[in-house]
This record gives sequence, C-alpha cells and structure tokens, in this order.
Amino acid sequence: MYGNAYIEPDAKPAINGQVEDPEKLEIFEARIARGEKIEPDDWMPAEYRRQVLRMIEQHAHSEIIGALPEGTWITRAPTLKRKLALIAKVQDEVGHGHLLYSAAETLGKSREAMINDLINGKSKYSNIFNYPAKSWADIAVIGFLVDAGAIVNQLANAKGSYGPYCRALERICYEESFHLKQGYDAFVALAVGTPAQRAMLQDALNRWWFPPMMHFFGPPDTISVHTEKLMRWKVKMMSNEDMRQDFLEQYVPKIWELGMTLPDPALKKLEDGKWQYTQPDWDEFFRVINGDGPCNKERLAVRRYAEENGRWVREAMMKPEMKRMVPYA
Amino acid sequence: MHNESLDPRIRRAELESSPASSGLQQNEHWEPFAVFHQDKRGAAHEFVGIVHAPDAELALAFAKEQFGRRKKTVNLWVVRSSDIYTFQHEDDDMFSTAPEKTYRDASGYPVRKRINKYLDDLKEIERQHLQRAS
Repeated sequence: MYGNAYIEPDAKPAINGQVEDPEKLEIFEARIARGEKIEPDDWMPAEYRRQVLRMIEQHAHSEIIGALPEGTWITRAPTLKRKLALIAKVQDEVGHGHLLYSAAETLGKSREAMINDLINGKSKYSNIFNYPAKSWADIAVIGFLVDAGAIVNQLANAKGSYGPYCRALERICYEESFHLKQGYDAFVALAVGTPAQRAMLQDALNRWWFPPMMHFFGPPDTISVHTEKLMRWKVKMMSNEDMRQDFLEQYVPKIWELGMTLPDPALKKLEDGKWQYTQPDWDEFFRVINGDGPCNKERLAVRRYAEENGRWVREAMMKPEMKRMVPYA
Repeated sequence: MHNESLDPRIRRAELESSPASSGLQQNEHWEPFAVFHQDKRGAAHEFVGIVHAPDAELALAFAKEQFGRRKKTVNLWVVRSSDIYTFQHEDDDMFSTAPEKTYRDASGYPVRKRINKYLDDLKEIERQHLQRAS
C-alpha cells in the first residue's frame, strides 16, 4: 500500500525570507521540465527539499502504521492460503516503509528524527489507518480498495522528479500489484460466497466507502500559487480530484459487477465520463487528521510501545564508533 | 470517539499504562549499509538500496529479508555506507572528455578508408598508364 495519496498541505514559506539564487533555480527548473531526475547531491531549492522530504516521510509512516490494522488479522485469517498472503503483504508494507525512510534520509533527516516525529504526533500519515478493521471482510476491502487507491497515487508519483523516491516507488508498485490482486481475490471469494459472507462484505464496504475511501485522496485542491509550484516541480503529479476520478472509473464497475452496492445514491458516471458522487464530510477528515479519529490514539500507542520495548535490544547493539551518515542513493 | 482495540494482543499489552516515549537517540537505529544484489553466479552485484544494522552479520540478515524475499537471488553483498568512497557529482566534468577519446577505441582507427583510397589511387594510375600506352 499504502500511498499517502493525501499529503497535508503546508503553505508556510520554508525558511523565512530565504531567496534562492535565480540562476541555480532556473537551471533546476529547466532540468525538471526536461524530465531529468533530481539526485540527492544536486542543488535544490530549500522549499523543494522540505516538500519532498515531507511527502516521502508521510508516505513511509503510512506504510508502517498501515501494517497495524492488517497485522491484527494475521492470527485470525480464515485459511492457510489467506494467512500466507497476509503475512507476505504485511511484511512488504513494512519493507516499503524502510525503502521510503531510506529515500527520505538522502535529503538529510535521520531515521531516528523521523520516527520521533511520528510517535510524538508531529508527522502525519494516511488518515485511512485511523479507522478500525472490524471483520475479515475489512481485510478484503482494505487489500482491494485501499491498495487500489494507493496504486493510482503511486503510479503518478513514480513519474515525479526526485530520483530516490521514484526508484523506491518502482519496486513498491511492483509489490502492490500482488497486494491488490490478493485483496481482489479475497473480496471476490466473499462476494460469490454464502449470504452471510456477502452480508459481511457489504457491511465492510459500507463502512470503508464513507468516509475513509472517499477521504483517501483528500479534498479537491484549491488552486494556489503553492499547488502550481509543486506541480511544476513534479512533487505533486496529479490533483486530488483527478486521482479520485481515476479510482472511481477503475474500481466502481468491479464492485457493481459482483452485485455489491456502495452507500452513495448519487454515485454514477455522467455523460462526460466524470463520476458524480456525494461529497464526504471534510470537517471530519480534518478532525481525524488532527488526532480525533477512532484509532489515532491506539495506532500511535502501539508504535510507541514497540519503540520503547525494543530499545534495550537496539541499545545493547549500539557501538560508540557508529557514524551518522546520509546514504548516497 | 476512541474505542477499545479490537486486537486482543493490543488489549493485553495495556498500552495506556506504558510510559511516554523519551524519544530515540542519535544512531539508535544504527548505521546504513549499502546492499548489492546478485541474481546469478558470476553476474555483477547491483546496488539495490540500504538497510540499517549494527554490524555486517545483521545487515546481511536484514538484506535477505528486504531484498531477497522474492525472485531469484544467489548472493548479496553488504558494505557499510561510510566505507564507500566516491567522487563529488559537481566534479563530474573530469570525465567529460572520455567519450571523445576515440584514440582509445577501435572506432578511432578507420583503416578501411585508407585502403580504399590506396586502391582507388592505384586504379587511377593504371588507367593513366593504359591511356598513355594507347
């Protein structure tokens, strides 16, 4: 997964009053316009560094936190095959977190500092993981739809301008295609199953559609100088609304084909090819991002618990000569 | 809006009573190691990413999990990132004339051209001889 389709905007100027060298800025922007990748030791504006770092870091946190609701269900997977798939998927997600932390480290922030910002609530992660996975059908819905949403976002971001992030995403997208397929497989198994299985799946779909899935890509972007710059720098590759439309176009028909319903009477494809849908409650979205969701407290508490209780092992293996090092790639 | 965890293992951990985090210290997640992946015997090891580890032995164990869990792998190398020496990219103009050094390349020695010219010249001399004889 898990993508962090929605990156919390932060329009504050990076470093107050800092003005970039116009000549270097022009060369930098021309390189991006030509489709070149920016590599860690290339010159980049402070604002670019800050925004890319923020995006990769939030994405990394989302992978790690996202493994928690699914990890919960490993011990209760219904068959050995589903259990193997879920273990493999959860391990991949944690692996993605590591790949992304590594990419973020190339921009100069240490892994320890990133984890501190997560467990102290300073950094954000994808809102969708602040909702509970109540039944096995939730795992099918997450594996299918949340991973599908993540792929829409990550395929777009893989064409972005920061080299290490693009390379991490290439490998991540490859593994996501397995996540999506195993999720779809689990989803279909319930959809073509007994009436009780279908009812369980419908219940999970209803809960995950509104609000988490409809919140997934974030509110429609406001057109601002800030957004326009992020698009020109190829940090943001697609608008939130375009990603949502892409997702609806690809996946709503797959859900309807199985005779399952979505809890939005307004949902339909219009003649111009765009999907019409009911706007979710965006106030709730911001409330949950800022800590007041059903699972925010638990997710961070679990993460803090793991760091605190694993500390004695890490400390026992620390050596005084260890050097802080920004990886080359 | 907070509800009790649905996961019995998390309920048993009694997270509410666990202490607040004092934060990670510098280097608590150890050092980065560069990982090089080999997909068949004799093939070049290719850089695939980094792992954080306290020593080479654990770096290999983590590298196996992170970069050898799918598809074909026959071996992995790990190297402490701080042991890798590299040029600065801003100095890359030192390599810029290398592609122009055709004298280091077979393509820099177009002998056939010279032979063809020689053979053409010979033919021309022969033609002139024949002309004079007639």
